[in-house]
Amino acid sequence: MADSDCVMVMGSNMAENHPVAFRWPMKAKVNGATLIHVDPRFTRTSAMADIYAPIRAGSDIAFLGGLINHVVNDQRWNSDPFFKTFLLHYTNAATLIGDDYKDAEDADGVFSGLMEYKGGAPAWPYNGFVGQYDPKSWGYKRPGSGSSAQGEAAANTARSGEVPGHTGEGPKSHAPSGKEPTSATPGGPPFDALVKSLLKPPAEKDETLQNPRCVFQLVKRHFARYTPEMVERVTGCPKETFLKVAKALLDHSGPDKTCSFAYAVAWTQHTNGPRVIGCAALLQLLLGNFGRPGAGIMALRGHASIQGSTDIPTLYHSIHGYMSAPSALKKHDTLRDYLADETVATGYWANEPKFMVSYLKSMYGEAATRGNQFGYDWHPKILGDHSHLPMFVAMNDGKVKGMLLIGQNPATSLNARLERAGMRKLEWLVVKDNWVHESATFWRNAPEVKSGEVKTQDVKTEVFFFPSAQIAEMEGSFTNTQRMLQWHYKAAEAPGDCRSDSWFTYQLGKRLKRLYAESTAPRDACFNRLVFDYEHGDAAERQRGEPDATKLLKEINGFMTDDPGKHIASFGDLKDDGSTTCASWIYCGVLPAPDQNRAASKRPDPPGQPGAQLNWGYAWPANRRIMYNRCSADLAGRPWSERKKWVWWDEAQKKWVGYDVPDFATTKAPGTPAKAGAPGMDALSGTEPFIMKPDGRAWLFVPSGLVDGPLPTHYEPAESPVRNPLYKQQASPVLKYWKRPDNELVQPGDSRFPHVITTYRLTEHYLAGAMSRWNPWLAELQPELFIELSPELAAEKGIKNLDWVRISTPRSRVRAKALVTRRLRPFTIDGKTVHQVGMPWHWGYEGIVTGDVVNELTALVGDPNVTIHEGKAFVCNVEKA
Amino acid sequence: MAQAMGFFTDTTVCIGCKACEVACKEWNQLPATNGGANTLSGDSYDNTRRLDGIHWRHVRFVEQFTPDRSQGRWLLMSDVCKHCVQAGCLEVCPTGAIIRTEFDTVVIQSDVCNGCRDCIGACPFGVIDINPASGTAQKCTLCYDRLQVGLEPACSKACPTDSINFGPVADLKKMAEARVGRLHGQGETRAYLYGADEKMLGGLNSFFLLVDKPEVYHLPPDPKMPTRRLKSSTWLSVLGGVVVGLAGLVSFRTRGSRP
Repeated sequence: MADSDCVMVMGSNMAENHPVAFRWPMKAKVNGATLIHVDPRFTRTSAMADIYAPIRAGSDIAFLGGLINHVVNDQRWNSDPFFKTFLLHYTNAATLIGDDYKDAEDADGVFSGLMEYKGGAPAWPYNGFVGQYDPKSWGYKRPGSGSSAQGEAAANTARSGEVPGHTGEGPKSHAPSGKEPTSATPGGPPFDALVKSLLKPPAEKDETLQNPRCVFQLVKRHFARYTPEMVERVTGCPKETFLKVAKALLDHSGPDKTCSFAYAVAWTQHTNGPRVIGCAALLQLLLGNFGRPGAGIMALRGHASIQGSTDIPTLYHSIHGYMSAPSALKKHDTLRDYLADETVATGYWANEPKFMVSYLKSMYGEAATRGNQFGYDWHPKILGDHSHLPMFVAMNDGKVKGMLLIGQNPATSLNARLERAGMRKLEWLVVKDNWVHESATFWRNAPEVKSGEVKTQDVKTEVFFFPSAQIAEMEGSFTNTQRMLQWHYKAAEAPGDCRSDSWFTYQLGKRLKRLYAESTAPRDACFNRLVFDYEHGDAAERQRGEPDATKLLKEINGFMTDDPGKHIASFGDLKDDGSTTCASWIYCGVLPAPDQNRAASKRPDPPGQPGAQLNWGYAWPANRRIMYNRCSADLAGRPWSERKKWVWWDEAQKKWVGYDVPDFATTKAPGTPAKAGAPGMDALSGTEPFIMKPDGRAWLFVPSGLVDGPLPTHYEPAESPVRNPLYKQQASPVLKYWKRPDNELVQPGDSRFPHVITTYRLTEHYLAGAMSRWNPWLAELQPELFIELSPELAAEKGIKNLDWVRISTPRSRVRAKALVTRRLRPFTIDGKTVHQVGMPWHWGYEGIVTGDVVNELTALVGDPNVTIHEGKAFVCNVEKA
Repeated sequence: MAQAMGFFTDTTVCIGCKACEVACKEWNQLPATNGGANTLSGDSYDNTRRLDGIHWRHVRFVEQFTPDRSQGRWLLMSDVCKHCVQAGCLEVCPTGAIIRTEFDTVVIQSDVCNGCRDCIGACPFGVIDINPASGTAQKCTLCYDRLQVGLEPACSKACPTDSINFGPVADLKKMAEARVGRLHGQGETRAYLYGADEKMLGGLNSFFLLVDKPEVYHLPPDPKMPTRRLKSSTWLSVLGGVVVGLAGLVSFRTRGSRP
């Protein structure tokens, strides 16, 4: 970001919540870059911005869609060959979409294929979809198919816990081949024939970009109604400010300039969060701001290693390295079925059989053989959506017996009363944390217990508390938002019984293995066959029971099965026959030899030289610092400009070179044509940079992989004070909502709850407060819960600064002190005044500083792709208490 | 003496994160207000409110918005002891507890301080106060203990955006002049340096880049040494004495005339 000419922060309060990372945009700013902040509130980030654009919470796609519409109609954008070349060759702009596709433009805001939701397993009725799409019609047009009879292949990025429609009559959305595997589908290993059987004829294209069914024309038409006037009507941002933002982005994009975006959970925590990000990606692709220095979209993660926890996932729906978790709802009966269903035949994901077999070897070791599908049957399968929201609904239904809470505090989480009610139904609960926080004492100190509504003696849950070691008291790695692993060492011994999370997991796993050792039940084979040996080499650590972090890293990195001392140096060396063992293919190379922990490397580049800091930590994949960096060169492989040079084709050496590790086949010349009918990387030409995509191109139009439509579309949040000014469709037609009496939603325009509320974090506190509200130095900085509101709303309600205020939603009501400030402002939305308020959600009933639980106000309603809740935009009432 | 060391605080890149406040407290082991159970001030995001004996760094938040929000900014500034070249506190200290160090910084030696509070009134910036934990007057030491072993002060080390710069004062002044020039070039013509000039108490070894009048940041526009004020206040005292004397005479007379 320090290399950016313009930085747009939106959906993030970067200065407050990522102050250390914010040094980079500030460096860019000191060097003359323009800093833009788009946000409902004027925050410490806005204070640093050259342009502050206020928008109503939940209207991000309207704003970004407006920028897209502005860009495609801009004169310079239409005449500068840079934009045209990038668009035509590096994106799917020219690809034709099948004739059956109907855009939101033609159907009041919904896409073709909308139908009633019929999926899910009877044993797990918690998937929450209010509707579903059959995405078949969104596919590319292919010769002979007439229309898009088949779904498209998608890399495994964002997926729901199930495939909608798979168990009903509806077609399968993610079948790469569009056909169920049959007995004729080749098996393996080797799985080369299976991958080849999944090939499809290439999609049709119109390189003049004139065909009305080509992606570019569909995009242009889709966003035509997002005019500057419409942007003002929907978002409340003055048209002039919006146009200033559009001009700044265009002025700082091109062959010798780049813009970057940064976002955080204020883009994700919506019923269409992934689509907001997709909308920004679409815009950045139009502007040529990908795979180049100072370009891209930065996902600012909320924890030190939250990136690591998606790579080596704590997520229910994926296994290591972004492969899908085997699912009972998909055709995943055998390893062959799984591979036929999941593998994308062209592009780098064609190697998935190698990644999967190596992963199974890491799980089951010697027991995993060709004869037993490498232990595939022992691997657990998911039943549906097992993420946070449905789990707590299931808990309320008595379907969950016990819970391990490690670094989580659900007693202050979404619709907190509902979550605490769920916890009261548990037989047992383990809390492993720094402090005895709200989730450890919900049975004693929760508001409903204090009020007498619930009696402590009626709560049967047995609660165990395990004190946690702190990060400086253990060894291991962080993976940060740059996908960079950094090793940290133990600086001090943890006091008393405090132990690391890996200690807890290791010790629990060992005890479970002992418990099931005598069992012959097939379901217990997953414990009995599991390889679980991380005994520490150091005697004192072994005595304490700590696992060896380097042994974990070795399993993740991978090694030769018959010679474990020989580590895997590159994922290119992985095999699908069991000869390689590797837990997470994307991390290959971090430990290429037993004594070479590249995560621990801390050598910066010499000052003043252009470089990618390749010896500082280790970034997956293959230590590449900027992904898809083939984009930094033109079609012939030359840098677009001297100023934005990154990697390029060296004709003399016949290979790609540069400051960074090239994210491309090293010796594939720019002029290499795609090989017709070939699987894998050969299917992509020397000018197709997006090697993880089956067509080598970035997708402006997303034919598969998302369950809520191929293009981003502005929907109102599930709760909104206004009707959707853009379409007849009010909210996402396929969002996830769990209808229960304790989870009621406000209908659009309900005058009892007229204000838009957004929740957020402050620099001074961390999440639910377990790491800050117990620290006197942090507690004194923000000691009490408050609500930020404008002087206009305060005057209307007779509220003065520091008055107690009551905030209510159908779920609950809380009390907070008023912080009356002009940093908040009323918006005019579709001709109507809408007040925006905001509340930080750090407080609870334990700790040095306490306050009401703001999350009691929120609802269990979320996005259909990733099931994240909508905590950033809902409605409430505000009164003087 | 080693060369003069100090701070240059560039308020235009301060993000108000308060890392300086916390790093200072952690290194110097200063207590929190009421053990952390503080109250909301209602003054923007400033809840520690001022510099005193337990707050040696303090971030000020100044919200400036027109009623229609057509103009608006949020000024953020990390304040600290100025380590004046002509230091009033040092001058009035009766026990010699306040010293000028080899780094040309001003440090209160807690074990020599008798808590007489003279320095508190003598500081034109309101930097000093009693630390209830020690019962002595305390303020920023510019991390004297860290400087002695070649480390930079905790606050500047923690500052993520380099708003707080530490170094030889002569170098900092050059850096600051360049920064002002650059800001003027970028159109921020309100930028100027506060305290870099020797005219202000011989120069402040901890000086600032501001974009509004000093008063807006609660800084005195023209700070004076206590001795400079002494002359006029002496005459005031004399005058006061005369008035009291006269009043006494009058009052006695009144009483005397009572029936």
